[in-house]
Amino acid sequence: MKPTDTSDPDYFHRVVDCQWGCPAHTDVPEYIRLIAQGEFTDAYMVNRESNVFPGILGRVCDRPCEPVCRRARIDEKPVAICRLKRVAADHKEDIRERLPIIPEKKNGKKIALVGAGCASLTVCNDLMPLGYECAVFEALPVPGGLMRSNIPAFRLPAEVLDEEIDYITDMGVDLRLNSPIESMKALLDEGYDAIFVGSGAPKGKELDIPGRQEGKDNIHIGIEWLESVAFGHIKKIGRKVLIIGVGNTAMDCCRTSLRLGADDVKVMARKPRGFFKASDWELEDAEEELVEIVINHSPKSFVVEDGRLKGMIFEVMEYDIEDGKITDTRVVDETFIEADDVILAIGQETAFPWIERDIGIEFNEWDEPEVDRTTYQSTLPGVFFGGDAAFGPENIIWAVEHGHQAAISIHNQVHGKSVDDRLPDTMNLSSRKMGIHEWSYSNSFEPAARRKMEHVPLSERFKNLGTEVELGFNAEQTACEVERCLNCDIQTVFTDELCIECDACVDICPTQCLTITENGEEDELRQRLTAPADNLDQALFVSGGLEQTGRIMVKDENVCVHCGLCAERCPTAAWDMQKSLLEIGYAADHDVTPCPIRKTG
Amino acid sequence: MTWIDKPKVKWAGQKSNELGLTLRDYEGGLSTLCAGCGHDSVTAAIVQAFWDLAIRPEQVIKLSGIGCSSKTPAYFLSGAHGLNSVHGRMPSVATGALAANRDLIAVGISGDGDSLSIGFGQFAHAVRRNLNVLYLIENNGVYGLTKGQFSASSDPGSKAKKGEENRAQAIDPVASAITLGGSFAARSFSGDKEQLVPLIKAGLAHPGCAVIDIISPCVTFNDHEGSTKSYAWTRAHREAANLADLVPPAKAIEASYADGQTLPIKLHDGSVIELTKLDPDYDPTDRARALQYLESHRAARQIVTGLLYIDSEQPTLNDIAGTAKKPLTEFEFDELNPGSAALAELQKHMK
Ligand SMILES: Cc1cc2nc3c(=O)[nH]c(=O)nc-3n(C[C@H](O)[C@H](O)[C@H](O)COP(=O)(O)OP(=O)(O)OC[C@H]3O[C@@H](n4cnc5c(N)ncnc54)[C@H](O)[C@@H]3O)c2cc1C
Ligand SMILES: Cc1ncc(C[n+]2csc(CCOP(=O)(O)OP(=O)(O)O)c2C)c(N)n1
Ligand code: SF4
Ligand code: SF4
Ligand code: SF4
Ligand SMILES: [Mg+2]
Repeated sequence: MKPTDTSDPDYFHRVVDCQWGCPAHTDVPEYIRLIAQGEFTDAYMVNRESNVFPGILGRVCDRPCEPVCRRARIDEKPVAICRLKRVAADHKEDIRERLPIIPEKKNGKKIALVGAGCASLTVCNDLMPLGYECAVFEALPVPGGLMRSNIPAFRLPAEVLDEEIDYITDMGVDLRLNSPIESMKALLDEGYDAIFVGSGAPKGKELDIPGRQEGKDNIHIGIEWLESVAFGHIKKIGRKVLIIGVGNTAMDCCRTSLRLGADDVKVMARKPRGFFKASDWELEDAEEELVEIVINHSPKSFVVEDGRLKGMIFEVMEYDIEDGKITDTRVVDETFIEADDVILAIGQETAFPWIERDIGIEFNEWDEPEVDRTTYQSTLPGVFFGGDAAFGPENIIWAVEHGHQAAISIHNQVHGKSVDDRLPDTMNLSSRKMGIHEWSYSNSFEPAARRKMEHVPLSERFKNLGTEVELGFNAEQTACEVERCLNCDIQTVFTDELCIECDACVDICPTQCLTITENGEEDELRQRLTAPADNLDQALFVSGGLEQTGRIMVKDENVCVHCGLCAERCPTAAWDMQKSLLEIGYAADHDVTPCPIRKTG
Repeated sequence: MTWIDKPKVKWAGQKSNELGLTLRDYEGGLSTLCAGCGHDSVTAAIVQAFWDLAIRPEQVIKLSGIGCSSKTPAYFLSGAHGLNSVHGRMPSVATGALAANRDLIAVGISGDGDSLSIGFGQFAHAVRRNLNVLYLIENNGVYGLTKGQFSASSDPGSKAKKGEENRAQAIDPVASAITLGGSFAARSFSGDKEQLVPLIKAGLAHPGCAVIDIISPCVTFNDHEGSTKSYAWTRAHREAANLADLVPPAKAIEASYADGQTLPIKLHDGSVIELTKLDPDYDPTDRARALQYLESHRAARQIVTGLLYIDSEQPTLNDIAGTAKKPLTEFEFDELNPGSAALAELQKHMK
């Protein structure tokens, strides 16, 4: 193998599994250490820089960071990254002083944004401090998008939402509520310098089976129904409720039903467990509330008698499964299940009836706009898409990341620079060595298991629709959970020339990550390390030839616990523990001022 | 030396041996030796060898004298028995322990100072009596613990850290063991576990005194230019005569050694020490040749490594002295202490 090029910022970034897995690349271990030190406000600001909504995300983020967390490869459960984010948000002091100053003198550029969801709000967050004038057009009477209209208050309280949205709108955003955009052409004609479409994926999927029309009064589309509940238009539901689909929307629908008077709620899944779309933790929370999840039932028809919905007929399915894949499907039976109400939660899609198809914005064969994955620009220069509107429904953190990227493009575009002109990420390394055996991070290993989140008792939680179920970590839980973090951003940095091949590091490593051996091809090398490096998703660090024997130092990054013992044991400091700080370029970091023409003579 | 304990991490991919124990179960306390000391690598090799052989730690007794090397029994097999004795006196204590219980697997850890300076006499008798112990000498050419004075294994011409030259002659423990009639004499290097781990296993299987001289650099006092026991010097001057491997009885039956490349040495328990010849002319069962070989390499300033002499037929001290077959702890009190009448009867024969 060739020696690893650690000057490539991606190398050490990848080692920080959570940060690499986070769409917005939040510096997770850094904020966890700040929480450990009681610096909640600093921890919050580290979060806010990349993910903009730490209080919201600390409750409801899809947390792609957690399944990839290195800790999960050591004691099965990842660090409670998301819950710790909430700790920072709940315990911070007033942060207003730390928010960017909004220039009084504007830069003369006006941007229109469609929809006041998290994607558009992120664009405003990035552009307002640069002197832009942002006008946000929102169809609903309140900002927040699905975070407000669909995510139930028992998961995400309104105050948390208000606070973090206000930080942005208070930057002077021209927020126009109750203002649906009905024609893109008309909006284009208003002469904005750029337009950002953050209108989400607002169309719930239909289930066209017999009885749908006849029973329509008691058959609801999940996202529309949740919105009606959120705005107080629906306050009740029947006793027996069936939810069709087993994704996250289904989980919110079943739990909301329980709070509106239902006492027999079944989530009807077509496939067996393991094929559910809902996150494990959302399933757990629903089952804790005694929601029944019925597997292998495929909807066949609605049964309506005397104009009233009575229930549904399902086909009972059987599947052959090999290696986690369904290889064959059969219908083995049919069954009737009673219901007073049915909620359809089988997915959502984008819909752009308001965008004329002859104005230069191209749509693909699925009627989705053609959007560039890096710049978020549509085929009409100056019109950008982000969030669920760009590539279909995703989640908040992706919408935020789209917002950051679109803001860079807008900033370039309106200043006559190419949208492709984007700053690369850079990586800064600095030693954490304090003394011979002292490091400025907590390098000892905490063997404790993941702390369990306490919930409001079942007897209490259904009384009020807005009662937040999760109580948040207490001080003891926080103190323990922060120590479970392995500090993956404190990197093991190797200097080839210093190594005397004494083996001290190889011998001390508690997880057998290190090997000094002859070089070879990667596949073969992986098998003859101190412990075979079978996790191919994890990189090998490979040094250059060592002075005494020409062999190489190899490190399998997979289960390094960043204990620093290799560096402590090394007599020559060939290993050092250094913090990797990823510098991400946001819109504000992109210098768009054209080089002034210098007069001579 | 470190502040934090080596964490007990149960990571994906950690392996267990036949007893269900992990490598970590064969470790001891955290080393307090200098970072980079060769002795720590020897410790790691011992841990590896015992884990590979799936030996129960409580079958083992660890014995040592005084020195950095003699501290190392604290860093492996915390489940074993052990005694850290007086400087140079490890062999006496080992003799006593084995006389009382010949079933113990005895590992003696010593240094060049401990065994070739103050304890040279003890070393000699353990070897000639063929005491059944794995006798490891962690040889760094200095008294590490007392800050780097030349030891008896320091080569003439070798320089101390501050520049003074050693002018006394060096004792080679391998050559000494062979002349003393030893049954197993080997040499290796702390920085070469591929060679060292199998040698330790072979030494454990060998019935008798298995001496392994392990060049184990003192990174603090003897790893400079001018030293002949540094990492760099050892690497540049070592010459392996052969590579040993221990084949357990079940596998040994099937093996064939027709190629002439491999020399099998059969042991009483049915296992075989398999020697891969790196120098085709070298025969480790020929005592005179072995000594000549050592001498010619010494003159050329080369460090010969490998299993350099073996005679697995020699009787051990327990056989020679006819000690009790059963451990003393398993005797009934009456058997151990037959009373004054029996003593009087015994003394009658001595008058
Ligand atoms: C039930 C449910 C639960 C969810 N739970 C989670 C969760 O726990 N965690 C998570 O990360 N994600 C969750 N999601 C997904 C997440 O809410 C979305 O991915 C995210 O809100 C997308 O943000 P956005 O800014 O792209 O669009 P949206 O949040 O959808 O905002 C779009 C806004 O645009 C407005 N709008 C649309 N068209 C027009 C128009 N023509 N003119 C003016 N305004 C318009 C809409 O009224 C809306 O306010 C959930 C989604 C659903 C449906
Ligand atoms: C009877 C006695 N004499 C002298 C000493 C001082 N002393 C302690 S360790 C040591 C030498 C140890 O050298 P070596 O066996 O090579 O071990 P190393 O530290 O080099 O591993 C000496 C002379 C002592 N402890 N006891
Ligand atoms: S920091 Fe060093 S010693 Fe600790 S686990 Fe990682 S490689 Fe091993
Ligand atoms: S401890 Fe240091 S000098 Fe020794 S092998 Fe490891 S990196 Fe090289
Ligand atoms: S003084 Fe030398 S022998 Fe002793 S621990 Fe340090 S390096 Fe090892
Ligand atoms: Mg010594």
